[in-house]
Amino acid sequence: MSLIGENLGYFYEKNRWIFKDINISVAPGEVLGLSGYSGCGKSTLSRILAGYVVPRAGSVAVNGKAMERRGFRPVQLIYQHPEKAINPRWRMKEVLNESYEPSQDVLDAFEIRDEWMNRWPVELSGGEKQRFCIVRALNPGTKYIIADEMTTMLDAITQAKIWNAFLSICKSRKIGVIVVSHETSLLNRLCDTVYQVSSPT
Amino acid sequence: MRISEKKTLLSVEKLSIGFSQYVKGTRQRIIYPIADMHMDINEGEIVAVVGASGSGKSLLAHAVLGILPGNAVCGGRMTYRGEELTDKRKERLRGREISFIPQSVNYLDPLLRVGKQVQIGLDKKTARSVQEKLFARYDLKKSDGRLFPYELSGGMLRRVLFATSVREGVKLVIADEPTPGIHPEALSEILRQLKEFACDGAGVMFITHDLMSALDIADRVAVLKDGTTVEIADSAAFAGQGERLRTEYARRLWRALPQNDFDLEFKGMERGYDVADRRESGLLLREKPLDI
Amino acid sequence: MLGLLAFSAGFLFVVLLLSYGLSNDNLRIGAGGKNLGPSVDHIFGTDWLGRDMFTRTLKGLRLSLSVGAFASVLSVGIAIAMGICAATFGRTADAVISWIIDLFIGMPHLVFMVLICFIVGGGIQGIVLGVCLTHWTALARVVRAEVLQVKSAEYIHISRSYGKSSWTIARKHILPSIFPQIMIGFLLMFPHVILHEAALTFLGFGLSPQTPAIGIILSEAMSHISTGKWWLAVFPGLLLVAVVKSFDSIGEKVRILLEPSSSNE
Repeated sequence: MSLIGENLGYFYEKNRWIFKDINISVAPGEVLGLSGYSGCGKSTLSRILAGYVVPRAGSVAVNGKAMERRGFRPVQLIYQHPEKAINPRWRMKEVLNESYEPSQDVLDAFEIRDEWMNRWPVELSGGEKQRFCIVRALNPGTKYIIADEMTTMLDAITQAKIWNAFLSICKSRKIGVIVVSHETSLLNRLCDTVYQVSSPT
Repeated sequence: MRISEKKTLLSVEKLSIGFSQYVKGTRQRIIYPIADMHMDINEGEIVAVVGASGSGKSLLAHAVLGILPGNAVCGGRMTYRGEELTDKRKERLRGREISFIPQSVNYLDPLLRVGKQVQIGLDKKTARSVQEKLFARYDLKKSDGRLFPYELSGGMLRRVLFATSVREGVKLVIADEPTPGIHPEALSEILRQLKEFACDGAGVMFITHDLMSALDIADRVAVLKDGTTVEIADSAAFAGQGERLRTEYARRLWRALPQNDFDLEFKGMERGYDVADRRESGLLLREKPLDI
Repeated sequence: MLGLLAFSAGFLFVVLLLSYGLSNDNLRIGAGGKNLGPSVDHIFGTDWLGRDMFTRTLKGLRLSLSVGAFASVLSVGIAIAMGICAATFGRTADAVISWIIDLFIGMPHLVFMVLICFIVGGGIQGIVLGVCLTHWTALARVVRAEVLQVKSAEYIHISRSYGKSSWTIARKHILPSIFPQIMIGFLLMFPHVILHEAALTFLGFGLSPQTPAIGIILSEAMSHISTGKWWLAVFPGLLLVAVVKSFDSIGEKVRILLEPSSSNE
């Protein structure tokens, strides 16, 4: 019972593969790191694993079944830029409720204040918005989360707080996590194993 | 150079930059991404300005260069080589004595050959030869000058970007986030370049959110939080548990790095300040009723 | 800014009110004297049949406004439908619709309008059809661009990952984002329609001379200018300009209100 990507490959232009023959898997409760420098395709790989992009080669299976196109997807993706992942015309409360209604414990774990609920996205800082993105990804139906450079835009203190809260919740719910980052020291701190995506040769 | 001989190149005091913004409907408010900043750079010194993305660090660079957008409201004082930095002076200095290395390679004109772009602003007669010398210095082939930006790799584009900003007689180099998630080789090359500028006698302002690479080459580090300068410390002070750092925030910042005591924050010991607190206390936002 | 908005809206409201309030008595032939210049009794003077020009103009404006509203609504409807289809039904649909849009934009719209009016036989239906079949293109382009942009936003992908249906996404994400453009397009379409109605009628293609629309008033007044009765054309003309300008400024203010990002200068 894992999230498994088999022989994944992708290209934008025919035969100019960004990556090829990638085999990757993460088990429930495991924390896998995906490391590599910008341009190596790790974001594209994340999107393939989360079901946003169809791979040019290979397939993705969640708990033994192919990725469902309809219904709630058990693999959730958290982006690097929270301002792009939130509809600027919705209030934060609606943004959260589109996914589910989070319990007060989860909100407290990420230090989300009550008064932020009625605010527009433009009124909150990047770090505050990212907390919302993380909380809404922690839907009860989520089994795997891919965090694509989730804290790259945040300062070190916020980064540490968020990761600590996030990983403790994921471990207790047995959610499999893939951490995508270029920062080796961060990956060493957080991950059980690290998978290196190398640049195309 | 003995410390006592170092002359102050740039000095920034009580800098504040505000923008008026329509939020929703007719509500207007003034946002102060930079509330109260101070820092200074000496000749031959590298000072890193470190803060979270979106904390307004780039605005500092734009303010020194005089390229803030029209609806910006500026306060505070900046002096360059002892004299006040007025708008007129900024116009004269930028591109000549003060040069700017922007954040992304998208700042290059996609429709102009890179050789020509490096030649922009140079003295017409010597432009060509200066450009060729720069290319050689940055390890680019002469023939690369005829290429367009989209034909070059990321690393080469970065070097072209550097070449566009280097001028004879440049005294202050402002590098804005030159190291976003790139290969360690490209990273060390960029850091080496900046160090070279300093050795040649120029002052370097290195704006970044990556504290570790800043500490690699910087002499001093200015820590920013919510648009205010929290502390300016010697790089050497960022060691151990951060005992030699003066402020609590800087110490926490140092210790929260994944290389250090990453878990500290979670142990729930200190409930220090939060961005949210500053916002609530009104330091950042000032709501102004719409002038109808 | 809100003051100007209130002023324009107030002005239009007054015009509308007066057009209902003024009694039809003033329109009786020979009620006052004939061909009187502007005076206290008759602010805009009277015409050759003794009808009060002020009443005639206001009632005429109301008719023009209602024709304008109707045509605007239809035109905006076509624009939305075409814009959304182009953006959401796939590449071929987009190519076809974009081609149609380019075709319509390329044609000189006055000529095309006259043609449609003529074919349909004039009258209100001629004007309405003529105007809405030629003026939907600009808004359709804007709607298409906006929908295309929103469709590729990350929050749409996330919404889909929650299992929301395309219909829900369209309703809750896409429509609210094109709503400001639609509102603005609608408000700015009004003056355009009114002017075209006046022009078409003036040229003789639109409403029949019996209907007291602004176009009729102006075209009839033209023949009287040479005899020195300037007030028959000048006042209705000025009022028409004032009404059109009011709509225009309302549209602009609404744009600033609904799209704050476009006005942060």
